[in-house]
Amino acid sequence: MLAGSLISLKEEQILEKKKKGSTLLAKQKRAGWGFVIPATAFIMVMSFWPMIEALLTSFKTGSSASMKWANPLTFNYTRMLQDKLFQTSMGNTFLYLIIEVPIMLVLAILLAQLLNNRDLKFRGLFRTLVFLPCATSLVSYSLIFKSLFATQGLINTIFVNLGIFTENYNFLGNPGSARVVIILALIWRWTGYNMVFYLAGLQNIQYSVYEAAKIDGASGWKTFWHITVPLLKPVIIMTFIMSINGTLQLFDESVNLTKGGPANSTITMSHYIFNNSFGQGVANFGYASAMSFVVFILVAVLALINLKVGDTRD
Amino acid sequence: MITAATNTTLDVATGKIVFGGEAINNFTKLVQSEPLLQDMTNSFVYSTVLTILCLAICSLAGYGFELYHDKGKDRLFGILLLAMMIPGVATMIPLFKIVSAGHLLNTVWAFILPTISTPFMIMMFRQNSRNFPVDIMEAARLDGLSEFKIFYKMYMPVMKSTYAAAAVITFMNAWNAYMWPKVVMTDPKAQTMPMLIANLAAGYTIDYGVLMMGVLFCSIPTMIIFFVLQKQFTEGITGSVK
Repeated sequence: MLAGSLISLKEEQILEKKKKGSTLLAKQKRAGWGFVIPATAFIMVMSFWPMIEALLTSFKTGSSASMKWANPLTFNYTRMLQDKLFQTSMGNTFLYLIIEVPIMLVLAILLAQLLNNRDLKFRGLFRTLVFLPCATSLVSYSLIFKSLFATQGLINTIFVNLGIFTENYNFLGNPGSARVVIILALIWRWTGYNMVFYLAGLQNIQYSVYEAAKIDGASGWKTFWHITVPLLKPVIIMTFIMSINGTLQLFDESVNLTKGGPANSTITMSHYIFNNSFGQGVANFGYASAMSFVVFILVAVLALINLKVGDTRD
Repeated sequence: MITAATNTTLDVATGKIVFGGEAINNFTKLVQSEPLLQDMTNSFVYSTVLTILCLAICSLAGYGFELYHDKGKDRLFGILLLAMMIPGVATMIPLFKIVSAGHLLNTVWAFILPTISTPFMIMMFRQNSRNFPVDIMEAARLDGLSEFKIFYKMYMPVMKSTYAAAAVITFMNAWNAYMWPKVVMTDPKAQTMPMLIANLAAGYTIDYGVLMMGVLFCSIPTMIIFFVLQKQFTEGITGSVK
């Protein structure tokens, strides 16, 4: 009897302890959710909800006040297939993507490797110089490039004085060269940004690994290819996704550097969508939404492919 | 690296060679033709408010997602990451509707709301929180500190370099933002520096001297921030790619 009550008393104590512990845990759990909810709510309202609305809008026609369901529903999407300008903008965007992103990332990784070398003098200074372009605003640097490549601009002056050109060349007046200028500008602006991520990644690789490779007689190129690249893989994938995302949404450069011209030959998708929704005169929200949804799907698909290809851990 | 270095110097050099002693002249022209001070203040206020709020919200979330993680939160985080892939143009029209329905056009809220909480920032804080010693939290709990106080008193000081890196990135993005402000800040009184510069270049005859002066003013604040926080910036980024 006594023993029984003693046991039950002990049990009660244990139970009480458990109860206390669980309320503490519950409190922690609640606090954890409390921490993540504000950010989640904002993303839901500011990203997901607009995305759903854009999807709905993409099935409608008419201007903002009198929107009605399109007939047939896919009207805005089939319209894209016939829209030459949309196809041009898509072609341009992909051209920038295919040429610019690989060059930029390779350049960034090589620079990072170079600047990670411990024997290099003035490392800090060089790092700052490479990153500096990222501190300039997109609009500013677009305009700087515009003035550099203007018909009377610095590049022309230099080339003519060196005798490479016989007369001033209108870089931004020709579709081909205007595209090249945009790509050059992009490389200048974003290489440093990506380099910072690589540099950070490189700093996590033990220096002794390199020393070991050196002792084993691996050449610089071999070390780079067999040690640096595999170990940097997560960072490379991250920068790749960021770059794809950024390039597909290219806007400021197209607007400020070339205004999409000459004759809309360098326009990007984002720029064209912007023109359709907030541009000259007609606000064609339905069509613009449909196009932006296509951009979303492109970004998502490319990012997923990237993750799949890059994900080798199991 | 060399391209970057020469390019910046070349830009400066062209400004100097061609426009020589015109600096003061250009400056007065700039001040007379455009509301420089007003736009600088606008940009500064918007960017600062955004940076502070964004850091507060995202660091809280990153902290919650990493140190209080369970299945539900991990899944939620995965969903939030999807938002990273949503292009800005796609959400611009609905966002514009939301903002104008709330009568927020031309206010600081219109500027900050879409980017006040970004998956990228949350991810950055989440990754960096991996290095945060969990034992400290237990000790603090035993001492009777509330969960929020642990965040405020222990997490924030420890994560200083992450905050610095996040601040640099957020401030730069905010300061340089062009497309969204162009849509919602239609009142000339509310315009930002990038818009001012775009205006300078919009005319048929562009005065490059004045333009470069504007560009200079537009670039100074971000550069100062970068230089001041440079060391913490690299440290913070290093933590995020671990």
